[in-house]
Amino acid sequence: MYDEALSSFFRNVDTRSGDNGPDIYKGKICSLKARALLIDMEEGVVNEILQGPLRDVFDSKQLITDVSGSGNNWAVGHKIYGCQYRENIVEKLRKTAEHCDCLQCFFIIHSMGGGTGSGLGTFVLNLLEEEFPEVYRFVTSVYPSGEDDVITSPYNSVLAMKELNEHADCVLPIENESLLEIVNKIHQMINCGKLGSTVKQNSLVTSSAGIAKTLQAKPFDAMNNIVANLLLNLTSSARFEGSLNMDLNEISMNLVPFPRLHYLVSSLTPLYTLADVNVPSRRLDQMFSDAFSRDHQLIQADPKHSLYLACALLVRGNVQVSDLRRNIERLKPSLHFVSWNQEGWKTGLCSVPPVGHSHSLLALANNTCVKPTFIELKDRFMKLYKKKAHLHHYLQIDGMEQSCFSEAISSLSDLIEEYNELDATKGGPRIDPSRLKIAV
Amino acid sequence: MSIVTVQLGQCGNQIGHEVFSALCSDIRGTHGLCSKKENESYQDSCKERFFCEDESGVPVARAVLVDMEPKVISQTLSMAARSGHWKYSSHSHFCQKQGSGNNWANGYSVHGPRHKEAIMDLVQKEAEKCDRLGGFFTIMSMAGGTGSGLGAFVTQCLRDAFPTSFMLNHVVWPYGTGEVIVQNYNSVLTLSHLYHSSDALLVHENDVIHKICAQLMNIKQISFRDVNQVIAHQLGSVFQPTHTAGGGSGYSRNPLGDLMETLVPHPEFRMLGLRNIPQMPESSLPYSTFSWPGLLKHLRQMLIANAQMEEGIDWQVRPPHPGSSIPSTNKALHFNTSIANLVILRGKDVHGVDLGSFQDPSLYTSWLNPQDAFNAWKTPRAFNKYEKSAALVSNSQFLLKPLDSIVGKAWNMFASKAYLHQYTKFGIQEEDFLDCFTTLEQVISSYTNL
Repeated sequence: MYDEALSSFFRNVDTRSGDNGPDIYKGKICSLKARALLIDMEEGVVNEILQGPLRDVFDSKQLITDVSGSGNNWAVGHKIYGCQYRENIVEKLRKTAEHCDCLQCFFIIHSMGGGTGSGLGTFVLNLLEEEFPEVYRFVTSVYPSGEDDVITSPYNSVLAMKELNEHADCVLPIENESLLEIVNKIHQMINCGKLGSTVKQNSLVTSSAGIAKTLQAKPFDAMNNIVANLLLNLTSSARFEGSLNMDLNEISMNLVPFPRLHYLVSSLTPLYTLADVNVPSRRLDQMFSDAFSRDHQLIQADPKHSLYLACALLVRGNVQVSDLRRNIERLKPSLHFVSWNQEGWKTGLCSVPPVGHSHSLLALANNTCVKPTFIELKDRFMKLYKKKAHLHHYLQIDGMEQSCFSEAISSLSDLIEEYNELDATKGGPRIDPSRLKIAV
Repeated sequence: MSIVTVQLGQCGNQIGHEVFSALCSDIRGTHGLCSKKENESYQDSCKERFFCEDESGVPVARAVLVDMEPKVISQTLSMAARSGHWKYSSHSHFCQKQGSGNNWANGYSVHGPRHKEAIMDLVQKEAEKCDRLGGFFTIMSMAGGTGSGLGAFVTQCLRDAFPTSFMLNHVVWPYGTGEVIVQNYNSVLTLSHLYHSSDALLVHENDVIHKICAQLMNIKQISFRDVNQVIAHQLGSVFQPTHTAGGGSGYSRNPLGDLMETLVPHPEFRMLGLRNIPQMPESSLPYSTFSWPGLLKHLRQMLIANAQMEEGIDWQVRPPHPGSSIPSTNKALHFNTSIANLVILRGKDVHGVDLGSFQDPSLYTSWLNPQDAFNAWKTPRAFNKYEKSAALVSNSQFLLKPLDSIVGKAWNMFASKAYLHQYTKFGIQEEDFLDCFTTLEQVISSYTNL
């Protein structure tokens, strides 16, 4: 049956008379089409999707591709392809939006280090702000790691960061290193499992079809599934019922105290469910503890030892408000919250757990622990920029000037400075501002 | 007289559902412990107040359901219908899709004006179904965006459209350690606005009810449903029919009006707290016996010592001796001064009960006559399976500390300007915040100086 939950991400199209059939709003599922736009300046990846098991889910009219790619050059993606495909993108966006009863949010999913995702991706971000100013823009960005094989990834990332700073409502940074660590951890758990404990296959945060694939050198499928689960959990309360609903616009409202500080560190637990462990409450509390541990964060960061500006906990499954309260009380003393938001917790309870689990938790933190990621990015950028390495590839593009670079690094530096200022308040004396005096 | 309930937001709708459930299950029960005539009179009075009949004979709640997203209302409507004993009208709800994003400004400045006509239309229709409209009962939380912001707007609209009707706002105060990060902002904005348009605010605090669930009801894994059911029980114990002192032989015909008259003598003091006794798991009821003197002794001490429930009461706190000069610090810290109190007794042997201890002038401020400061409503008809039960609605310093705490936290956040851009985006400026802070500091000051 096609219901509200499905309708959040899919249209139900009557394809009996061909692909251009009308939408069916209620009733049986005919053909589900993703409310999505796939953009790539190369064809390889998109073609693979169109030949894979999800080929019917993506409408051919929802694709924008080219052949030559962006050469890992942000400027090519943003300036050249942006200009070239602008109209096409706007038109397709409008079409997709028209099929929505009530459009609340765009999810932009891309990487920062390359040319298309980074350059064209941030161009699209700008477009969305212009064309649909009232719709929230959530961006899931994969940040490059230190050993990234794309030499120019620091340039691309910093240029993209400026766009994210100015045009995104919320950014969820992801680092491949963290995803890889999680995948390895799960692999270890499955293969060298402790006696008597087996992992429920369909409960893996890395599995999509309930099959644990054998580990490859760079297991991108498994890693990507983690991010997919992140987005599922993020939207679960908007799709399913619960005793304390948490919508996407509430996430932005509660976790972004100042417009530019909108980078949220995410963690997902549990990573897997042991099939025969039957101690529900201990498992539950362990789940909360894990959410704050370094190993479960999706970027290389340790929120516990940095400063929290705000924290959100989205719980799914058979968890009640008392479980939530008990764990918040338990964990609060070991966490550092900024002085003006000592009780800064946003909570949501969704009744429906993810497949294969009895409960799960997504933690989103606005925490100064993102700072090291940005500082490293800046350092890698400066290493190249000082020597003007590869700069000509960018400056030769129409519309690109030296100032693009200086503005971008300045934007990043300012952001780092904002986090520095906040960190400086950590552990300091708490002076509450004096209250308004009323004439009696 | 009938009361129209307006359920606002997720909290308002979830609680509203439990309230009508509790009222319905109470009148359907065979535990009235009174004469058949009395019971029938009670049932008729409750039905007139809260329900109307439709062709199928199933009682239809006199309620309007409002929310900015569809899931909760949809659940509420179907749960009621499934009970088979009562239901909501299928034409009395209004919802949208996008929610309010926990943003008071969004609820008040955007959704409010945009949907005013549609919502007030529904309220008008419900009001017209009443033979005599006794007033409005709105249910909302103040932490979120819809109940709080849209709720404040709707309250104002109700006041404008029905200037002579009584309006009681039931406001749920969130857990201290956060359900919503901007809850203190939303609370300050809500309370200050409601203070200007509502007749009285009847308050429930999640922290308090949670403790009742944990310690008195012995619930292990407390859910919001559990909390809401305790709240519904407490509200039912106030709003089910009673005989007022001078009201003759029939059940009171103007419950909201009577409530306002007895409890809100001065517009500066509108905050009402609620306590009840006894409160225990249903399974323990057959093994418990109650005596009125015992119940009332506890209830009085709960009032004086500002205890939240019948366990853990501080018996050391005493009212000041008349004529002695009271050090103000002592008074502020320990003894809860009242402006007015209302005690509601339900059950066996209710007519002979001595309530003199509640009329002690030392409990009250000096500027009201003690006879006017205290009132009692009674009915021999037992409520919700409790052979004897007593509720206390109090206009006193009950809520002073929690209010002060909320305003303090909000002010702390406001000083750093955190989150303000989220509000100014929808038209609520810093000056608006300052006005609200001023209003509430005034209320705090007034209650402190009782």
